Amino acid sequence: MAMKVSILIVDDEDSVRDSLYNWFIEDGYDVECAENASKALSLIEANHYHIILADIKMPGMDGLEMLRRIKAVKADAIVIMMTAFATVNTAVQALKDGAYDYVTKPFDPDDLSHLIRNASKQVVLSTENAQLKERVTKLENVDDLIGNSPAMQKVLSEVESVAQSSSSVIITGESGTGKELIARAIHFNSPRKFFPLVSVHCGALSESLLESELFGHEKGAFTGAMYNRKGRFEMADNGTIFLDEIATISMKMQVELLRVLESKCFMRVGGNKEIESDFRVICATNRDLKKMVENGTFREDLYYRLNVVNITIPPLRERVEDIPLLVEYFIRKYCESMSRDLVKIEKAALARLEEFEFPGNVRELENMIERAIVIGNGKEIKLKDLPLGKQVAATGIESLDENEKKHVAQILDKYNWNISKSAKALKIDRVTLYNKIKKYKLRHP
Amino acid sequence: MLQPHILLVSFGGFEKKLLQRLAEALRIETKAEVQVRDIYFDLNLFYDPTRRQYNGNELMKEVDALFPGNQKVIALFNVDLFIPILTYIFGQAMLNGRIGIVSAYRLGNERYGLEPDPALYFDRLVKEIMHELGHMLGLIHCHSPLCVMRSSTYVEDIDQKHSAYCKNCLEMLSENTGHKT
Ligand SMILES: [Zn+2]
Ligand SMILES: [Zn+2]
Repeated sequence: MAMKVSILIVDDEDSVRDSLYNWFIEDGYDVECAENASKALSLIEANHYHIILADIKMPGMDGLEMLRRIKAVKADAIVIMMTAFATVNTAVQALKDGAYDYVTKPFDPDDLSHLIRNASKQVVLSTENAQLKERVTKLENVDDLIGNSPAMQKVLSEVESVAQSSSSVIITGESGTGKELIARAIHFNSPRKFFPLVSVHCGALSESLLESELFGHEKGAFTGAMYNRKGRFEMADNGTIFLDEIATISMKMQVELLRVLESKCFMRVGGNKEIESDFRVICATNRDLKKMVENGTFREDLYYRLNVVNITIPPLRERVEDIPLLVEYFIRKYCESMSRDLVKIEKAALARLEEFEFPGNVRELENMIERAIVIGNGKEIKLKDLPLGKQVAATGIESLDENEKKHVAQILDKYNWNISKSAKALKIDRVTLYNKIKKYKLRHP
Repeated sequence: MLQPHILLVSFGGFEKKLLQRLAEALRIETKAEVQVRDIYFDLNLFYDPTRRQYNGNELMKEVDALFPGNQKVIALFNVDLFIPILTYIFGQAMLNGRIGIVSAYRLGNERYGLEPDPALYFDRLVKEIMHELGHMLGLIHCHSPLCVMRSSTYVEDIDQKHSAYCKNCLEMLSENTGHKT
């Protein structure tokens, strides 16, 4: 969004002008102010403003009269009216006279940013339409999707072809294959990229928490709920919601999810107002959803609604040729983040990595490289720096769970049991980390 | 990164230990010198009985008068803040200004009927301070999803972002101040 959106604020109250000015400047808009309607009209004559935000009640010419005059000259101007007391009559009149919308002072910060975002989206869209340039899309922001193998190239071309649409996508792949990265790649190459990508790890939340997480709740919905809480669907408005571990949600949530996907409309828990949200949904799972449908543990209608496009990420062992590139990438990543000189990797070590099964896929490889850099000699990663003991590689008896437990414990130790830092390092959210600590009965030493 | 002098002032309602931890977190994130003050202050003058909240604009002026000088001052409040046009604010600062205010009032999980989570509360507070400080250093809102300069109007938005400035914002900071990163 290279284009800068300009806003004109028209209000007779200093404090309102100043606050709005400050708010929009911080949001990166070009802003000008006028303290009355006639000053505003002469500014509008001389300059072009994308959005005009005007108070209805002003001494001299009032806001509605100003609105009519602007609309007479510039029919497509986006004018938003503000009012201190929402009387239905004036609001209706404003809309009849061509106002884009009206808001009641004081505003909820979220409503204000929502309103302006939607208005500027309209501005950008109409400018883009005017230019109507068909550009060939090239994937951006996919630096962390590494691989030249045919399998990975196929995934990337699927990402490219699905990104431009708003279709639902299911990403399937073993754990550690990078499903969230694929979701990010789709989002950041889609027209929704300037709006949020909101992730929900469904597996980490109980049913009631998930419900409040997805839909939000109203003040007073249950004891202790002092304020409204926005749900993830609402946060994803104009953007994308990523539902990880979709196979774990309960039958009840499946029904609710289906309803939201069909109507794009929902209510907060304890609320009675329909909330609309325009989001794209991307799901991920490491389970065979089709089979779950056959077993009756996953709703068929929901499955078909979600599964418009299916992207399957191959496990690392099926794209061994990408291992050297990945190793190089992770070496660079961790050496840079630890401010160290780049290390090399011993031939024998690389060869062994290429033979390894990697039940934990790319994430496991990444963890191995990070660890090897930490414990290594700072020059070269040696075979002994890699946890690829002969028995492990040969028999693969060590389960993924055990690996995970060990790794989580290591990271917790490394960060002195600081949950935020550890979760960040593990690239999981705090709730998931707490669940893992509980699951593996890990103890603070 | 640039090295402003930061004065973190508690206007009551924060434990000494928490303030020290906040200062430490700020030192790590900004590499700046951070001092902490805990002052006794009568907030009643700034209370608006019709809104049952405290006036953020007036408080900014008061903080400015109380702490002259050229260090960046961030005032911490444990009460609910508003400005005339908005129903509430987590904090505010003038772009390139010297004063920022942050309210911790709505940052605790217990306000939303959830289990208290001191670590999460602390993270949110650090992020809000970093955010307002960013404005004071000339940064506007950033679209990068993890950047602390992304605007947030709900606590859930705060949780989505990290506590640091993104690469772009850091570059902007070093341009603004003429310092090398
Ligand atoms: Zn801000
Ligand atoms: Zn940024």
